[in-house]
Amino acid sequence: MKFSLTWLKDYLETTATVPEICDALNAIGLEVEGVEDPAEKLAGFRIAHVLTAARHPDADKLQVLTVDTGDGAPLQVVCGAPNARAGMKGVLGLPGATVPANGMVLRKSAIRGVESNGMMCSTRELELGDDHDGIIELPDDAPVGTAFADYHGSDPVIEVAVTPNRPDCMGVYGIARDLAAKGLGTLKPITMPAFTASGACPVEIRTDDPEGCPAFYGRVVKGVKNGPSPEWLQARLKSAGQRPISLLVDLTNYLMLGFGRPAHAYDLAKLSGAVVARRAKDGEEVLALNEKTYTLDTEMMVIADDNGVHDIAGIMGGEHSGVSEATTDVLLEIAYFDPARIGATGRKLGLSSDARTRFERGVDPEFLDQGLDLLTGLIVELAGGQPSEVVRAGSPPSEAKVVAFDPGQTLRLGGVDVAEAEQKRILESLGFAVGAGWQVTCPLRRHDIEGPADLVEEVVRIHGLDKVASVALPRVEGVARPTATPQQKLERGLRRAAAASGLNEAVTWSFLPTWAAEHFGSDQPLWVLANPISEDMKAMRPSLLPGLLMAAKRNADRGAASSRLFEIGRRYFRGANGLSDEKPTLGIVLAGEKTPKGWQSGKAKSFDAYDAKALALQLLEAAGAPVANLMVMGEAGAQFHPGQSATLRLGPKVVLARFGMVHPATLKAFDADGPIAAVELFLDAIPAKKGAAFARPGFTPPSLQAVTRDFAFLVPATLAAGDLVRAVQGADKASITAVRVFDVFAGQGVPEGHKSIAVEVTLQPGEASFKDADLKAIAEKVVAAAAKLGGELRG
Amino acid sequence: MTDITSQTEAALAAIAAATSLDALEAERLETLGKKGWVSLALKTLGGMSPEERTAAAPAIQSARASIADALDAKKAALEAAALEEQLARETVDLTLPAFAAPKGSVHPVSQVMDELAEIFADLGFAVATGPEIEDDWHNFTALNMDETHPARAMHDTFYFPDKTAEGREILLRTHTSPVQIRAMLDQGAPIRIIAPGRVYRSDSDATHTPMFHQVEGLVIDRDIHLGHLKWTLETFFKAFFEREDITLRLRPSYFPFTEPSVEVDVGYSTEGGRRVVGGHGDAPGHAWMELGGSGMVNARVLEFAGLDPMEWQGFAFGLGIDRIAMLKYGMNDLRAFFDGDPRWLAHYGFSPFDQPTLSAGVGARA
Repeated sequence: MKFSLTWLKDYLETTATVPEICDALNAIGLEVEGVEDPAEKLAGFRIAHVLTAARHPDADKLQVLTVDTGDGAPLQVVCGAPNARAGMKGVLGLPGATVPANGMVLRKSAIRGVESNGMMCSTRELELGDDHDGIIELPDDAPVGTAFADYHGSDPVIEVAVTPNRPDCMGVYGIARDLAAKGLGTLKPITMPAFTASGACPVEIRTDDPEGCPAFYGRVVKGVKNGPSPEWLQARLKSAGQRPISLLVDLTNYLMLGFGRPAHAYDLAKLSGAVVARRAKDGEEVLALNEKTYTLDTEMMVIADDNGVHDIAGIMGGEHSGVSEATTDVLLEIAYFDPARIGATGRKLGLSSDARTRFERGVDPEFLDQGLDLLTGLIVELAGGQPSEVVRAGSPPSEAKVVAFDPGQTLRLGGVDVAEAEQKRILESLGFAVGAGWQVTCPLRRHDIEGPADLVEEVVRIHGLDKVASVALPRVEGVARPTATPQQKLERGLRRAAAASGLNEAVTWSFLPTWAAEHFGSDQPLWVLANPISEDMKAMRPSLLPGLLMAAKRNADRGAASSRLFEIGRRYFRGANGLSDEKPTLGIVLAGEKTPKGWQSGKAKSFDAYDAKALALQLLEAAGAPVANLMVMGEAGAQFHPGQSATLRLGPKVVLARFGMVHPATLKAFDADGPIAAVELFLDAIPAKKGAAFARPGFTPPSLQAVTRDFAFLVPATLAAGDLVRAVQGADKASITAVRVFDVFAGQGVPEGHKSIAVEVTLQPGEASFKDADLKAIAEKVVAAAAKLGGELRG
Repeated sequence: MTDITSQTEAALAAIAAATSLDALEAERLETLGKKGWVSLALKTLGGMSPEERTAAAPAIQSARASIADALDAKKAALEAAALEEQLARETVDLTLPAFAAPKGSVHPVSQVMDELAEIFADLGFAVATGPEIEDDWHNFTALNMDETHPARAMHDTFYFPDKTAEGREILLRTHTSPVQIRAMLDQGAPIRIIAPGRVYRSDSDATHTPMFHQVEGLVIDRDIHLGHLKWTLETFFKAFFEREDITLRLRPSYFPFTEPSVEVDVGYSTEGGRRVVGGHGDAPGHAWMELGGSGMVNARVLEFAGLDPMEWQGFAFGLGIDRIAMLKYGMNDLRAFFDGDPRWLAHYGFSPFDQPTLSAGVGARA
């Protein structure tokens, strides 16, 4: 809502300054979004008298003027306006002034060789109107030398944000009422211009849908003369950002912006038969005032006559029956529509308007007759004509809400002690009636009041939220108790462990381009937004890797040597009952150089699948997963290199992580350069730590020293080293505490189809040291275990 | 006698002249070795009479001792020289770069969420979570925004074509407030929670991203009022910005889920082109900046969440996490939060060891 100070003062008797008014508006919940003072824009422009005007020696369309600016010698000014002439008075911009319309700073200059000391201005240049055919012509009595801002009248414009619960403040009068309650002045009664109505309304008015349109009042005014509005009306509308159109249109806008009351004027000549508020028929069309055609359905309210729809009720009038310069007879409509119906219609049509905003939030049901009389009176006063009596169809809601209030609630809920008399004063100044026993009757315009808490809000906002003192929340005795859940602790710990491993935490979008989500999709259909903001943010991510891959690609495109990114976030799947199943996940992408070329290490190295494996295990261990029991299995997913990826599982079914090199096809789909390694940890699959105590088990190191023995086996090339290690480990569970691969070799000296795997076996003696025979027996078991897998001890 | 003396002098001279351990060893063998002349001379003492021995022994013994000492000293000197030479050979150029382990970082949003958790834990708040893909009942209806409520349309909601089994619309939560509802339904009252997380609005420009982060706060008890809300936010911001001069201004506003509703402004000044939180917004050089919305939980919301509004009341607030992170740590571009640029992450991210603690101050200084 924008309005000028003058307009506010039409309704509010006040001596308050603009800053005082703004402070008060903020304090009562009408947030000031800006104050515009035209005087500031007009600094440097003053009233000047053109003394002489002569043809420019070098330009046909220019004149050279001498102008009196009120002090000093007359100035020479070059001017191109056809209406510039000796004797006229106009507005001169002096060097240094900034032209409001284009921000140009005026300078003393030479135009076609003739010195010019400023510029005579048009209304458009000063943003006072659209006229640019000539310069401003002021009346003869305009005082030469006076600042134009002072002469023109400095009228600051205040813009406030009105919250959707306060349609009563979507008119200047309502704002004045709130300010008066705050003590900023006195609310003036509405000035009602007198007129005499005669004769019944010649048009039949009906509402065929009393639910959607409970009340429809009308009146005809015949013999009006439409034309431009008077200056005062134009000035007010302009201050609200509304372009003046014609007197009849401007007056309906004035009623809406001044009193929050939309109304409509039809050209009677364009109507035929009864004018009816009814539901639209399916497929009915209307050409609205915004010159767009809307197709309607039975859920929507319209105003129609025998010829068809003239108005999308409460939202926008029709092009066909709107008033024009030629209009002489008008039908005025003032109606009360069901707010929900207006909202639904507007949403369905995607059509916003000032009228819809007000009707949807709820106009004042008590302001139909008065609003219509005010509009009629102004029309008669300014456009002439003869008004008929009012015709009324239906009636607006009239049952006032009564709230049983306890003034003690202001302290209990609002935390501020306001004297009962003051509470009563505040409520009454806002139009509430405080009856016996604090039965508070609400004005009908206050649709937002539902119960006592709303009255507390009214009292507190007018009394002043600044008077609410801080009161400490009661706290538990002693030190605050821990609050984090196991899941929260897991994520916090993992985050810092990942960062400590040299990874940068990223936060990427939860939604992906459909192709990227599909590439990482599962058997479930993707969750795709019905109204995405763009094609790039459309499908909910089934994996954290696509977002990180896209980030790695952006980084590479920017010339980054490497990206080591991780993210902790959710993957989105469908759950039971149509609800979501959001799985906490940690994703890692390792792209570019693992190490740059170096004087020690030689060429730059890329990441490999073992880097991914190391991170997966390290982070799973940090998460408390039993990493010693994990199995390395396949099926990491089609997005991974089939020979260089794996899953880590706890048992055959529970997948805790997948890792490996990204598949070349995936790299191609993401237009990324490889090799890229990736890891995904499925945090919801990690078993929760059992309620462990603080105290750890006792420390009992073995009393005897462990010994190691090395074995090298020739095994089939396809044998997984892990299988050999597991077999060796199982050869003598009592003695073998560790088996570590320290060499893998194929090539010269190793038969085709085979490879050599060397392991170091750690043997831990129990009560007594190993004897040679013991060691020999264990070695034989190790060799036998390897033999079962086709392993043969190398000589 | 003179023999021994001259022989000793010759030996000592040879020892002094030795340039290698081998030469020294040869000299040792020549003198103190089994066949060395000193050893042989010592052996002759056994065949002497006591008188002869008394006369001859001191000279021989003395020769032996002086040669042995000289050998030891020379050996030590030669060894030291050899070591020195070896070390000199082993010198490396330490101006060459050492291997640098990559440094990781924690994202500012995560860091600030950890800070929030730490501060609010001290005030007795637990951290609650909820789904990001919500139904319209939790996101709107239970928050007193029924289907026709104009505020619904103002939320720029992302919808899915799906419906829940109950026929509810499925959407991306537009705020963290549905977690309030879930927490109250799950835990009842009294309750103190914060709920940080991702939220979504169909809005994108220089200062808005379609995904951002909010934190919700909720306190429900029997006698909680606006004064407690003000204290809680003041106390939080003082701890968060580690400044005592935090000044809040509450302004009446409107949210369907609170009544009364208040907008929270904080006073700030501008230093070096950056907003610095602190001071009174009306003081010279200061202004007010909107931080978030809050208010007393609407009685209808309590009813939807299964609480009796005659018994329970309390407050709720919502703050933008990205925004307070930017204010505290000086970022100026929200879009960069979601880009994954390692340069930005290294610049604005945090060391893994900057775990917020109350004793060290929750913030990490540059």
